[in-house]
Amino acid sequence: MAGVLVFAEIKDGKLKKASREALTIGRKLAEAAGGELSAFASDAAAAEEAGRYGAKKVYVAGVGAYSTESYTAALAEAVSQAQPAVVLFAGTSDGRDLAPRVAARLNVGVASDVDRLEWTDGKLRARRPVYSGKAFATVEVTGTPAIATTRPNAFPAEEAGGGAAEVVNLATPAENRVKLVETHTPEAGEMSLAEADIIVSGGRGLKEAQNFSYIRDLAHAIGGAVGASRATVDAGWIDHQHQVGQTGRVVSPTLYIAAGVSGAIQHLAGMSSSKHIVAINKDPEAPIFRIADLGIVGDLFQILPALTEEVKKAKAH
Amino acid sequence: MNSVVCISHVPDTEARIKIAGAKVDEAGLKFIVSPYDEFALEEAIRVKEKSGGDVTVVTFGPDRAQQALREALARGATKAIHVKGESGDADALGIAKVLAATIKSVPHDLVFFGKQGVGTDNGLVGPMVAELLGYPQVNVVTKLEVGDGRITAHREIEAAEEVLEAPLPAVVTAQKGLNEPRYASLKGIMAAKKVAIDTKSIADLGLDEGDVLRQRVVVVSLELPPEKSGGRKIDGADANAAAQEILNYIRSEAKAL
Repeated sequence: MAGVLVFAEIKDGKLKKASREALTIGRKLAEAAGGELSAFASDAAAAEEAGRYGAKKVYVAGVGAYSTESYTAALAEAVSQAQPAVVLFAGTSDGRDLAPRVAARLNVGVASDVDRLEWTDGKLRARRPVYSGKAFATVEVTGTPAIATTRPNAFPAEEAGGGAAEVVNLATPAENRVKLVETHTPEAGEMSLAEADIIVSGGRGLKEAQNFSYIRDLAHAIGGAVGASRATVDAGWIDHQHQVGQTGRVVSPTLYIAAGVSGAIQHLAGMSSSKHIVAINKDPEAPIFRIADLGIVGDLFQILPALTEEVKKAKAH
Repeated sequence: MNSVVCISHVPDTEARIKIAGAKVDEAGLKFIVSPYDEFALEEAIRVKEKSGGDVTVVTFGPDRAQQALREALARGATKAIHVKGESGDADALGIAKVLAATIKSVPHDLVFFGKQGVGTDNGLVGPMVAELLGYPQVNVVTKLEVGDGRITAHREIEAAEEVLEAPLPAVVTAQKGLNEPRYASLKGIMAAKKVAIDTKSIADLGLDEGDVLRQRVVVVSLELPPEKSGGRKIDGADANAAAQEILNYIRSEAKAL
């Protein structure tokens, strides 16, 4: 049967947004292929939510927190029971760690970081950005199962209104050789670039490290993540986790606000697929204006604080 | 402590990409060592400087990829293996099979990769090799300590970091920030010229070329993104008016508030 199996990740008792997106596109593929949507999760508590997104079955293994080896074994077992035509992973840190490992075990390929997926002529067809978005490749995944990782924010998350999925318990696989010693969590309020719906980015126009506070204040007020150009990361103004572009993160949020970012080709490649782009730069010739939907030629040190205040006022209403 | 570093030779990140058929047009394109592989190489060289052993660099690719090996030798790698073949015709699993077979032929404790090849942007080959070799893996590493038969590695995850411990041999994929890669010294460049690069074919590794080059992920077409024509551009001399304009845009068009 030409079903679809989705690796459903749980965080704080709920499915991650990126997993809900993967379930949604998974459901559409399953419909097109004439099969059933199922999910794999580390906890049976996911059954109800996965059901709402259209999953009929949830394969559950008591594997606890993420670890490559136990999850690979459990997922391979879920694949062997469900016999899906397609397996999807959300392109999260764990999804990208796991998908290639599972694929190598099953001797199949992976389409990474896809932003479009369709089932045509009995095959999985995907579009994926390459060269950090300087080009787009359309690929056909020929193996069974065909595996893809979905780019966060590229697909909508839509419930289908189904009841709780049936839970199928899998054996708990052997232990992991890799041990988690500790997790360092950042300061409260920090949001990851990959999944953020709004990103506020700063570039060299900020002039010095401490001026990233202008970016952070707006990001905090608007509920977005902090992005940065490569130049500011290389100068040591901000951690690499924040870098947008070819040697950083490729992002496609709903709203991207770039302040003091001139728009080097590497940066543009990493963010030009954002749905709405606002740029603030004092140089009217800055390349960023070529892709901005709204460009403001002006002083970010004046405009950002004014905008932060406006956003706070708007949110208070 | 012996390390193997798998590197790839990719178009310069500054380059504009031109397309020929379903492939990137290589004519006139400058190639570099994939940036994340530089962090992997630097880390392996540091391990060698601390605990001795060899750093073997491995690449699978056409003739031009030999440049990447020379560059790595100039920076401090001690041995180099070039598996010749049209790696552009293989997919990630095919490449992983070639690299896994090559790694098996060399003494090693640690296997390094960049977290992804810049260009193809897959991020698949490192974990696939780990699986083929049956090794533990730590991906997207920003800090590494090598102990007695074990490593402690910091793995970047969504806006946080995990500290993981793994037994050796293990696969590590390098993230930017792991270290500051050195430049090749003149002495290094001269010394690198004297190192013989071990050249192999896919068949030499005992692999079936048909299987390695069989594409499980077939590129049907390659296109440039649509040119975005810039939108409105306004004068922001009045900061409050500009802020108001942006807010209106965010609310009415982006609908993000």
